[in-house]
Amino acid sequence: MSNDQSGQYELRRRTDSERFLDRAFRDLSITMASVVAVLLIGIFLFVFSGAFESIGRYGLKYLVTSEWNPVSDQYGAFNAIYGTIITSLTSICVAVPLGIGTAIVITEDILPKKIRETIGLMVELLAAIPSVVLGLWAIFVMEPFLRPIFIAVNHYFGWFPFFSTKPIGPGIMPATLILVIMILPIITSISRDSLNQVPLPLREAAYGIGATRWSAILHIILPAAISGIAGGILLALGRAMGETMAVTMIIGNSLNFNWSLFAPGNTISAMLANQFGEADGSQVSSLMYAAFVLMILTLSVNIAAQYIVKRLSLKY
Amino acid sequence: MNTSAPIENLISKEKIAIAFENVSISYGGNEAIKNLYLNFPKGKVTALIGPSGCGKSTVLRAINRMNDLIPDCKIKGRIFYEGSDLYDPNIDPVEVRRRIGMVFQQPNPFPKSIYENIAFGARINGYSGNMDKLVEKSLKKAAVWDECKDKLNKSGCSLSGGQQQRLCIARTIAIRPDIILMDEPCSALDPISTLKIEETIHELKNNYTIIIVTHNMQQAYRISDYTAFFNAENVDDGEGGKVGYLAEFNETETIFGSPKQKITKDYISGKFG
Amino acid sequence: MNQDLIYKKSIKRNIIEFLLNTIAITFTFIVVLPLVLVLFYVLIKGGEQLNFALFTQLPEPPGDDLLSAGGIGNAILGTIIVTTIASIIAIPIGVGGGIYLAEYAKGGSFSKFIRFGTNILSGIPSIIAGVFIYGTIVSTKIIFGSSFSSLAGGMALSILMLPTIIKTTDEGLKLVSDNLRKGALCVGASKFTTITSITLPTAFRPIVTGILLAVARAAGETAPLIFTALFSFYWPQGSESFLEPIASLSVLIYNFALEPYKAQNELAWAASFILIILLLFLNLLARYLNKLTIQNK
Ligand SMILES: Nc1ncnc2c1ncn2[C@@H]1O[C@H](COP(=O)(O)OP(=O)(O)O)[C@@H](O)[C@H]1O
Ligand SMILES: [Mg+2]
Repeated sequence: MSNDQSGQYELRRRTDSERFLDRAFRDLSITMASVVAVLLIGIFLFVFSGAFESIGRYGLKYLVTSEWNPVSDQYGAFNAIYGTIITSLTSICVAVPLGIGTAIVITEDILPKKIRETIGLMVELLAAIPSVVLGLWAIFVMEPFLRPIFIAVNHYFGWFPFFSTKPIGPGIMPATLILVIMILPIITSISRDSLNQVPLPLREAAYGIGATRWSAILHIILPAAISGIAGGILLALGRAMGETMAVTMIIGNSLNFNWSLFAPGNTISAMLANQFGEADGSQVSSLMYAAFVLMILTLSVNIAAQYIVKRLSLKY
Repeated sequence: MNTSAPIENLISKEKIAIAFENVSISYGGNEAIKNLYLNFPKGKVTALIGPSGCGKSTVLRAINRMNDLIPDCKIKGRIFYEGSDLYDPNIDPVEVRRRIGMVFQQPNPFPKSIYENIAFGARINGYSGNMDKLVEKSLKKAAVWDECKDKLNKSGCSLSGGQQQRLCIARTIAIRPDIILMDEPCSALDPISTLKIEETIHELKNNYTIIIVTHNMQQAYRISDYTAFFNAENVDDGEGGKVGYLAEFNETETIFGSPKQKITKDYISGKFG
Repeated sequence: MNQDLIYKKSIKRNIIEFLLNTIAITFTFIVVLPLVLVLFYVLIKGGEQLNFALFTQLPEPPGDDLLSAGGIGNAILGTIIVTTIASIIAIPIGVGGGIYLAEYAKGGSFSKFIRFGTNILSGIPSIIAGVFIYGTIVSTKIIFGSSFSSLAGGMALSILMLPTIIKTTDEGLKLVSDNLRKGALCVGASKFTTITSITLPTAFRPIVTGILLAVARAAGETAPLIFTALFSFYWPQGSESFLEPIASLSVLIYNFALEPYKAQNELAWAASFILIILLLFLNLLARYLNKLTIQNK
């Protein structure tokens, strides 16, 4: 190093090329970020414009009729919309207690730490199993195994509309169960994160006045984590509504409406997976109408999830 | 400065509420307090003083088994309460905490109404009397009734810091413990709230055994009957770790008037810590 | 010993505790059971068909009553190709978008909308991504007149990868201490230099973790591929393969699971085996990297 200080810093003024690079990099990153906006708006406009013709032709009647007839050009998606809602809501009802229970086991000290960590890892790996593999498993393992149980339920409770048909294989019930498996990891891991974020002083306050583990959990810890958990449940609901492959493979893809959970049914995404590739004419537009309904459903659930997390977390 | 021998017990005239017998506590292999022998007198206020990190909170939290919440906290030795070793495997920590209440450094009211903050603890402790009366009595004892009586349904978190801390004291009183542990209850508070809490402690003195950690020498002098001075010394683990020990324990008058150890005198006169 | 302090099994409070513990542990068992069962079946049923030909042969079109349905060589290759295409599209865009959010965004309405949009985009059903690419790319034959193609499949998958990559880049960069950033800026480094030589390298691990998770998710996706990449019974041919339909493990599983022939069904199990091994590997790798990051903090 020379001791001569002057003349060493020739670049006191940044060169034009350096300044250009700086600005270009910023503009590039803005452009990349804009892709999200363009995609989102693009998808929305695309689905809406594709559905436009059908929305005009069938209006709201499309939502409440079940006829799906490409030959006579009559379309109504009630069957698929009903299937989407019944499978996702039922699966949420089953998965919420299971998922929250598991999250409690992972975060509170009911079991030794090693076991809890293993359970946590297993839940995350469950999320990594692709839905098409779960579908395959549902077809060849789960449904045949459960069918005798379904038949027994039908035998004894057949008078109840939800159990009124004889289980023959694919149907709404096995599709719901596979959805339960698919959304459990979401509910569990989001609930676990929310429970972990409950501040230690609050736990100490509860245990410090002599609360038992479960009175602390049920009265203090769970209420404090409720915003995150509720948000997670809504995200899981959105996922269940949009889930395609496993459901398509096991729901039976029936075009006829039936109250029974043992009967084959349909969902919007299953219908799209089955028909979109080969559809033409007004069927395309009718399918896009269904896709539009699915978009609205998942969009509102997701927005509600974000809103709830923000809104409720202010309280604590 | 060696702590391996039990410090001579000067309080034989008092009944004993809690007795530490050669207790060492560590967090994941790092010792925080070692070879502690200490008898807390019953029905008195005992102050724990000492530089930060010397294990005062650790000692306090060991008394009502609050350290159970910290996964890697290990305790050796025995702590006696009414003839029972608190860390005997047959002991139910929930029962322990119902008899030994705790007020924490940061006020931590439940995110519930003021009324519920008191009623919740009483209810889970099986209180079956008149809840309204209990809430009023506890809040009065904690000297926060006047500020709360018109907004019992408001959230406990809406109170000021000092009021929150007195609410936490009221919550603890409501479960009628034998012993109240307080971990620097005034450190997050302004001087006026601090004075109010000290008044509260004076009130409580007659009915409870109180063990209080404080950083404030005047406060220790004002409110306590006995004072335990803890200090920390270096351990040769090559990592500059420190371990806490009991340096001196005596009547507060003696500790502040004529301490036996030079280090106690230095600490009290503000030479370090 | 003081009897009051002793743990008593049979008082009401402790019975309730015991019951709730039992319920929670039972629930946990029910949650992990499917994982164990699915892995078990895939490993057994797929594993027993593992042989060399599986990797070198082509699948037989269904309908032939063959003993064996051939191999899944082209599907393995196809999954790799399509996922690579998707990564090439999604990684630069995602990392770029994440850099914008973490380093340039000042909380204005544009960046708020991008953040919001990223969350919404990650909630869009994957089948809709397929429909979108089908409608804009496949049916319009906009890319050199080709319809179904690996390129279209990769694009559909990239839509699903994008939000994950943006989010993890954004979060990874936010973990970088602001002092480091200020330090660099104070010695006169430009924002470009600061980001590329200080903050990005520091946040490298969490970003790679996020990318690996996104790749793993894309590699297992089926719905966006069934009417974009379609399927093929042949090997991808040279550079033209980008413009032609291509096989993938997931679509093979879907198609062959629904065939009435046992040989095809078994090939679906074999493909599941390979796919699961691939995905578990990616996931564990991501988790391992993530753990390293946390330890270094
Ligand atoms: N939860 C914990 N995990 C690990 N180490 C801890 C924990 N709490 C306290 N310690 C350590 O134990 C020692 C004593 O801490 P503490 O009892 O809080 O001291 P004091 O209350 O006197 O300031 C300190 O060295 C501290 O770092
Ligand atoms: Mg302390």
